[in-house]
Amino acid sequence: MDAPALRHGAMFDTNELELNMGPQHPSTHGVLRVVLRLDGEKVVDADVVIGYLHRGIEKLSENRNYTQIVLLTDRMDYVAAATNNVGYCETVEKLMAIEVPRRARYVRTIVCELQRIASHCLWVGTHAMDIGAMTVFLYAFRERELILDLFEELCGARLTYNSQRIGGLPLDIPPGWDRKVLAFVEVMTGKVEEYEALLTENRIWLERTKGVGVIEGPEAIALGLSGPPLRGSGVPRDIRKDEPYAAYDEMQFEVPLGKAGDTYDRYVVRMEEFRQSLRIIRQAAEGIPEGPVVGKVPRLIKPPAGETYHAIESPKGELGYFVVSDGKSTNPYRFRVRPPSFCNLQALRRLCRGHLVADVVALIGSLDVVLGEVDR
Amino acid sequence: MIDTFVIPLVKILVVLNATLVAVSYMVLLERKVIAWTQSRLGPMRVGPYGVLQPIADAIKLMIKEDITPVRADRWVFTLAPIISMVPALIVYAVIPFGPTVTIFGHAVPLYVTDINVGLLYIVSVASVGVYGIILAGYASNSKYPLLASLRASAQLISYEVAVTLTLVSVILMAGSLSMVSIVLAQEQARVWYGFVQPLAFGIFFIGSLAETNRAPFDMPEAEQELTGGFHTEYSGMRFALFFLAEYANMIVVSSVATTLFLGGWLRPFPNVAWLGVLDLIPGWIWFLVKSFVFLYIFIWVRATLPRYRYDQLMRLGWKVLIPLAILNLVATAIVKVWWLA
Repeated sequence: MDAPALRHGAMFDTNELELNMGPQHPSTHGVLRVVLRLDGEKVVDADVVIGYLHRGIEKLSENRNYTQIVLLTDRMDYVAAATNNVGYCETVEKLMAIEVPRRARYVRTIVCELQRIASHCLWVGTHAMDIGAMTVFLYAFRERELILDLFEELCGARLTYNSQRIGGLPLDIPPGWDRKVLAFVEVMTGKVEEYEALLTENRIWLERTKGVGVIEGPEAIALGLSGPPLRGSGVPRDIRKDEPYAAYDEMQFEVPLGKAGDTYDRYVVRMEEFRQSLRIIRQAAEGIPEGPVVGKVPRLIKPPAGETYHAIESPKGELGYFVVSDGKSTNPYRFRVRPPSFCNLQALRRLCRGHLVADVVALIGSLDVVLGEVDR
Repeated sequence: MIDTFVIPLVKILVVLNATLVAVSYMVLLERKVIAWTQSRLGPMRVGPYGVLQPIADAIKLMIKEDITPVRADRWVFTLAPIISMVPALIVYAVIPFGPTVTIFGHAVPLYVTDINVGLLYIVSVASVGVYGIILAGYASNSKYPLLASLRASAQLISYEVAVTLTLVSVILMAGSLSMVSIVLAQEQARVWYGFVQPLAFGIFFIGSLAETNRAPFDMPEAEQELTGGFHTEYSGMRFALFFLAEYANMIVVSSVATTLFLGGWLRPFPNVAWLGVLDLIPGWIWFLVKSFVFLYIFIWVRATLPRYRYDQLMRLGWKVLIPLAILNLVATAIVKVWWLA
């Protein structure tokens, strides 16, 4: 960055202040670094620096076989690890034209939506905490804990689940698990009201979020936003509706949309997504069909030569996988991820300009980025 | 001899020690109350229900390494926490915890001293404390504390205006600056000023949240944005001094609010005769109960509300609270001169 410009005309010459926010900062949600140029407290420019959590997952995958990669996908969006598993497995299934049994697709739907709630719980907690409301954080984590318990019962892990296999599930669901999921839906329905009671109509919350970081629909598309930040700007794009995967074509749900495209609308969209997710989980858990959980999968997973791109709606937006197979080996020739956080994060610079330092943390929160996914 | 030296000295020691203990337990209370709000338990390990936690905290802070950044202004860096702490403590000199009582044949007033400019003394001494924050941010020679101290100076100065204006309304009502006389005036009027001056009371409460850097006005420390704000570079006991000063100030404003608006040591509803049985409870207990209620609300607010942004805070201060306070002051003056005279 070039030297800060000196501004003349005022009674005193004033300098722009260059403030380094992160990678060790309580509100950058991991190891994001934002270099702010400040005029007083006003942000003149924000340089977003990433790469502090790069582990080379894409390159590593080229030297792993297809089953081993499931485990690596856990480490991207670690807040919704099972969603990553589902997206990856479906991509390979698409490449190999494997039919997944309906029971497995239903369970995948439940898993994806539970992860959406878990991810949104973490988001609402940290977002509210960044803006200074600390109680929501602990309330949301209390309910996230219930989801982690459900996952522990399903696959034995609480954070990095490795819960899917190419062709279906590694194991059938434990007996009674669907009833526990339904019980959770009952509990969670009331808790969402509780979070909203603390925030949605709170005057300070409104003042802090309304009109902050406005982004119009066309610009949101141009920036490549997806997920709640895109829908907050009023663009009706949801892969669950537009290109249904898992069992979403059999589910009834609505896609909440915002109007103004500010931080508040992105908040409202996610809060409504809580309810829609609960609705989907209820339908899926009540209607789990009987049958096998794994399709016809060859012993050696060696997709035919070719390439495919498959995207799912992760809690953060469009999570896409691009897999190239040379048809000869059991490793992908090229493995590439389109992470929603990475694409959404590029809007940060545009959003921050002209706002105050305090808004920067609110905006990072409203984009809901996970650095594990940004850097991979 | 006893009346001029021994009793005041004992009183100073008692008040000072009681304050320091109260402050450290205030920290525990805050942690507990916030924990309960957030469906947690709070400190539970040190002593039963964590009652010894403040002692453990004090020991930890004292034996921590005391770091002064190389580029810091050493003298100012050392001085800043002291400037914060001392005013917060000496304010207690004029706070009347109770009426005059007789102990072993000596008439002992339950306050260190009653000076005729008591309220003015509190306001002036409290504003010296602000320098501690400003100097800490300046002396650290670091960007985050610098931003925080700029915020602090703007915030504290503008909110002091609103708070002081509400105090003037009370002074008009009581006709005195002495803290004891203000309580006695409420006894004479047979009503707490909080009921007569609800607007002033409200503004005082909001303003005192801002003046003590408490949520939702805790911008100077704004942990999430400024990583701790003015005390980012401080560690060990110097950090603790800032921390304790904040809590001591909270107790000060609670005591001032109690004295000015909630009738000090008076029992509730001094105008209702049949509640006279309540007089059996000593005045200082009423005082502590009322202050405690205030402190509890401080904590409650912190657990519930998000934080204001710096510009919104200034707007609220200058465009809402100060005009309202002036309006209230003028209305009080008019009523006092034309109606009551």
